[in-house]
Amino acid sequence: MNLNQKEKDMLEGKYGVGVANAMKILIGIGDAFYAERMVEVSRAHISLSNQEGDLWFANKLAEEGARCCKLATVNPAFNKEYFENICTFTDQELKVFEDTMRAYKKIGVVPTFQCTPYFVNNTPGFKEIVAFAATGASCFVNSVCGARTNRESSQSALCSAVTGLTPLYGFLLDENRKADTLVEVEAEVKDDFDYQLLGYCVPKKIYTGVPVFTGLSHKPSSEALMNLSTQMNVHGVVPMFHVVGVTPEADTLEDALQGEKPLRKFSITKADLDEARHTLSDGKGKIDFVVMGCPHLTISQISGIATMLEGKKLKSELWIFTSCLNKELSQRMGLAGKIEEAGGRIVEDSCVDQPIWAHLEGKKGLTESPKCAYYVSRRKMKLMVRSIPDCVNAAIKGEVN
Amino acid sequence: MNSPDIFRGKCRKITAGKVEGEALITKDHINFYLVDPESGKIIEEGHGLEGETIAGKIIVFPGDKGSSVVQLDGLYQLAMKNNKPLALIAEELSTVLVSNAIIMEIPLVCDVDKEFYEIVKNGDRVAINTEEETVSIGARSL
Repeated sequence: MNLNQKEKDMLEGKYGVGVANAMKILIGIGDAFYAERMVEVSRAHISLSNQEGDLWFANKLAEEGARCCKLATVNPAFNKEYFENICTFTDQELKVFEDTMRAYKKIGVVPTFQCTPYFVNNTPGFKEIVAFAATGASCFVNSVCGARTNRESSQSALCSAVTGLTPLYGFLLDENRKADTLVEVEAEVKDDFDYQLLGYCVPKKIYTGVPVFTGLSHKPSSEALMNLSTQMNVHGVVPMFHVVGVTPEADTLEDALQGEKPLRKFSITKADLDEARHTLSDGKGKIDFVVMGCPHLTISQISGIATMLEGKKLKSELWIFTSCLNKELSQRMGLAGKIEEAGGRIVEDSCVDQPIWAHLEGKKGLTESPKCAYYVSRRKMKLMVRSIPDCVNAAIKGEVN
Repeated sequence: MNSPDIFRGKCRKITAGKVEGEALITKDHINFYLVDPESGKIIEEGHGLEGETIAGKIIVFPGDKGSSVVQLDGLYQLAMKNNKPLALIAEELSTVLVSNAIIMEIPLVCDVDKEFYEIVKNGDRVAINTEEETVSIGARSL
């Protein structure tokens, strides 16, 4: 790669060992993808995971003196103050948690602990070059914001945050952003939950690619686009998508395809959505819990839930995961009160895939998110996937039908 | 006396290394998080290598899969137990795979000659030399 004088100085250690090591990693990535040079990033998002590997790397860079020189937000771990009254953590779990918090504080991230950074505090603009990790978040900012990011690893995004740089390759280049797969949606995709199913269906057809969707008759909401970005990246690799007439690089189908022919095309029919629904949602009977917020629920979603819960008493546990801002707003708006009076819980700064569910091992529940069902099943909980209103009704009745 | 190699061809160096070891081949993408650190065995249900250990092997695979952070932890845990793969021969690169190979210091090559894939079998002695950007397959014992 061609480096300018400042970049050479960074590599040679004039800005400290941590920056030099971050540069080495970025150059290695740049060489792998034939990048000619570095470009500046304006912001980053890091998928902090509170795992030993994540901790080891963040701590190493922090100890070597690296500090974020660009705004860098982070994914959630768990809210220790909240959960230590509910579950018992092992000494090792607490040590990893405390050390992770210390390392990321030292390196200078903004402690948002939120997996939908694009909605608040870290919203890139059109054509802004950024380094976003968290596969759903990188997909959303590429597709919906029209920002430029590669599908960063948490570590490469951290390297960009401390150097302010990323190699120029991949989705930073206009020609790589064209759709290569035409997805003709024949099924009626009418609400946010249908977008969960659509996002689940696409990787059944293509493992990776840049799809452009046509035939979506209802304009997707922010939540629908959040769902689609997230779910397509659970079983597939979809760094970016287009929706004709909705996303900023797809005023027309020709725009999305950049005037070329798609490499392949397929349709999504009612049968495809029904099969997804069958796989994810089938089952009925008594449930013990409902977990929602993977990714974090928006204030509109929380508002809808609170309205349904007004004056009701829950028969099963109900967990709502959201950002600290949305938790605060839900308190100001009286929504948190309604949820808690019904017996539900609303928690900020936490991810569903954390060691917080010992009391639900072997139990049966519901979630609104196929991603949640996939990851949390490792924690010996059985989850079916239903829409948010279905989940809330099931929590009220203590059963699903 | 060593028998001559049955294959010798070019590769592209992504991360450096000069290693020789046993090949383990799969057509499936690998999520390095779904590997048991204690044994090095792949635990993903339905994976072509489910139950096989990747520890100390040269993995011949299409590429990685999974989210942006968990695979580093998978490889880190394997390294802590001395069970990380010896080297990786990939067909496709992702930012995650490349950054993990750099960080965990695992030799990674790609763009290996097509003929290699026609010849290589599980258990073959494969040698990678990233300085020369070569991959070779040693003679099979009878």
